[in-house]
Amino acid sequence: MELFTNQILAGISTGAIYACMALAVVMIYQAIDHLNFAQGEMAMFSTFISWQLMQWGVPYWGAFVLAVAFSFVGGIAIERILFKPLAKAPILTNVAGFIALFSIINSCAGLIWDFTIKQYPTPFGSAPFLGSQLISTHQAGMIGVTVLLLIALYFFFQYTRIGLAMRAAASLPESARLVGINTSWMIALGWGMAAAIGAIAGILIAPVVFLEPNMMGGVLIYGFAAAVLGGLTSPLGAVIGGFLVGIFENLAGTYIPGVGNELKLPIALALIISVLVVKPAGLFGRPIVKRV
Amino acid sequence: MSAAEDVVPTEQEGQAVEAVPKRAMTLGTGTSLIVLAALILTPLLVKNFVIFQMTQLLVYGLAVLALNILTGGSGQFSLGQSAFYAVGAYTSAVLMEQYNVNYALTLPISGLLCFAVGFLFGQPALRLSGVYLALATFALATAMPQLLKLNFLEPWTGGVQGLVVTKPDAPFGLHMSQDMWLYYFTLVITIAIYLLSVNLLRSRSGRAFMSIRDNEIAASAMGVNVALYKTLAFGVSAGITGVAGSLGAIVVQFVAPDSFTITLAIQLFLGMVVGGVGWLPGSFVGAAFIIFVPNIAESVSKGLSGAVFGVLLFFVIYLVPHGARQVAIVSQQLVGKFKK
Repeated sequence: MELFTNQILAGISTGAIYACMALAVVMIYQAIDHLNFAQGEMAMFSTFISWQLMQWGVPYWGAFVLAVAFSFVGGIAIERILFKPLAKAPILTNVAGFIALFSIINSCAGLIWDFTIKQYPTPFGSAPFLGSQLISTHQAGMIGVTVLLLIALYFFFQYTRIGLAMRAAASLPESARLVGINTSWMIALGWGMAAAIGAIAGILIAPVVFLEPNMMGGVLIYGFAAAVLGGLTSPLGAVIGGFLVGIFENLAGTYIPGVGNELKLPIALALIISVLVVKPAGLFGRPIVKRV
Repeated sequence: MSAAEDVVPTEQEGQAVEAVPKRAMTLGTGTSLIVLAALILTPLLVKNFVIFQMTQLLVYGLAVLALNILTGGSGQFSLGQSAFYAVGAYTSAVLMEQYNVNYALTLPISGLLCFAVGFLFGQPALRLSGVYLALATFALATAMPQLLKLNFLEPWTGGVQGLVVTKPDAPFGLHMSQDMWLYYFTLVITIAIYLLSVNLLRSRSGRAFMSIRDNEIAASAMGVNVALYKTLAFGVSAGITGVAGSLGAIVVQFVAPDSFTITLAIQLFLGMVVGGVGWLPGSFVGAAFIIFVPNIAESVSKGLSGAVFGVLLFFVIYLVPHGARQVAIVSQQLVGKFKK
């Protein structure tokens, strides 16, 4: 029994990473209706920016705020320059664009900061949290920040005019335009927010997985899986999905014989697909009803 | 919600692939003959390494063609093609090396096996569409290298080390190098499969695929068995990918789990987009893109090859968002004007 609870705790602490990433994934999906394959690389780049600022002597929180602000502007710039011209192109062309962006960012980060693994500091310390060896204070802090972010997003989307406008632009662009919402800029804003959330996720994850240009590869896959499991229309679902994926993965690695580290990912994914076959819109997603 | 929702037409939403008319899916007779002549004559003039690259181009072209039938034909999306490619490659390698089966005989076997695997995978995939289908196929692609590494399969697959495949000699005492023989062998199979695919898309089944792509509900109202044809499209696509995988294993002379990662699936996907979704000849243009452009990028700048590749890809999708098909249509119109 103790093994079981320990594995769940370990699952929650890795799940916090996936939850952060899943939140960023859902954010951009809400705004543009696509999964952005370059999201992980964008987050990685922002994390490197904050690292570089710290190397130049900027204090942790200063670097944090600057990197998040930079990502927000950067996300908007990427949308305006690279993806706005593609708005009318077929969806699959857009996906190819994401892959191109992925390749460009990854290669540039490798050239600027090279591929060696770097340590990344944490503001929360890494002592055991509440006497448990499995969750460190950093991971607890990470869960705390994710929850705060979620609450902030909830209030933003439910109670502010611009949040409402963004929701309107995402769900019914034509009607939103008719009531005077600038839908094109709402999409850019969505990119900016997704990039900023990605930057927060990257900065929180970096102390755990270490900083290097390929740090987001695995995390992004789990983030996607978590977002799809929770339902791509629901930020809360994405966060819960993140924790569930973390727990699944740990339990499968422990209890199914012969699984080990190699097969953890395929099993987690297989489980998610079985969930999707039963509930195609994800656990918390709202099925989209289409008029025929 | 509101009344406005009922009024706004939603025809474009949720439709991943735009409609391509049937005739636009192939080349004209004259162009086909010129391309064919070029494909037959070029190997006589170039070095063995170039022949090897051309063979690879045909192999990848077949794999992209298979994805094109699935996506451009039936409107389903797959990031799992590398898994079917791996199954085909391993089937051939294992049969040839462990059971001494003739290489030519392994092709239909892996084709049939992959057809079955794809058909079965298509069953649960039926309930998923769009992003969710992409994730499911993606899971298949990430799982495949790990499955091939499993311990209890090692006597057949050779585990992490993989298998070395013997290169076949030219038969009937023909005086040509192994590379050249393999090229012509691959070319014959490629042409056969290309013609079969063109005919498939022109047949009743092809029309059923396309009706599902354009409007699933209308298709089922017309009496198309949507579930059957969707799984069938998966099966056919997987079968062709399997044959491509077999040929790939014979040409490269080596199979290992890590040659069939998600990167391969992404390359095939890029090949399809660059070639033009739903335009079968474009598959080979796309294959040329994914084989040669990384080399070009490498020669421009070693450290930034990824960035150069990305920039080139952006250029292509800005200039011709519909891929090589757009180039073909525009040049056709130009030729038409010129004739007048």
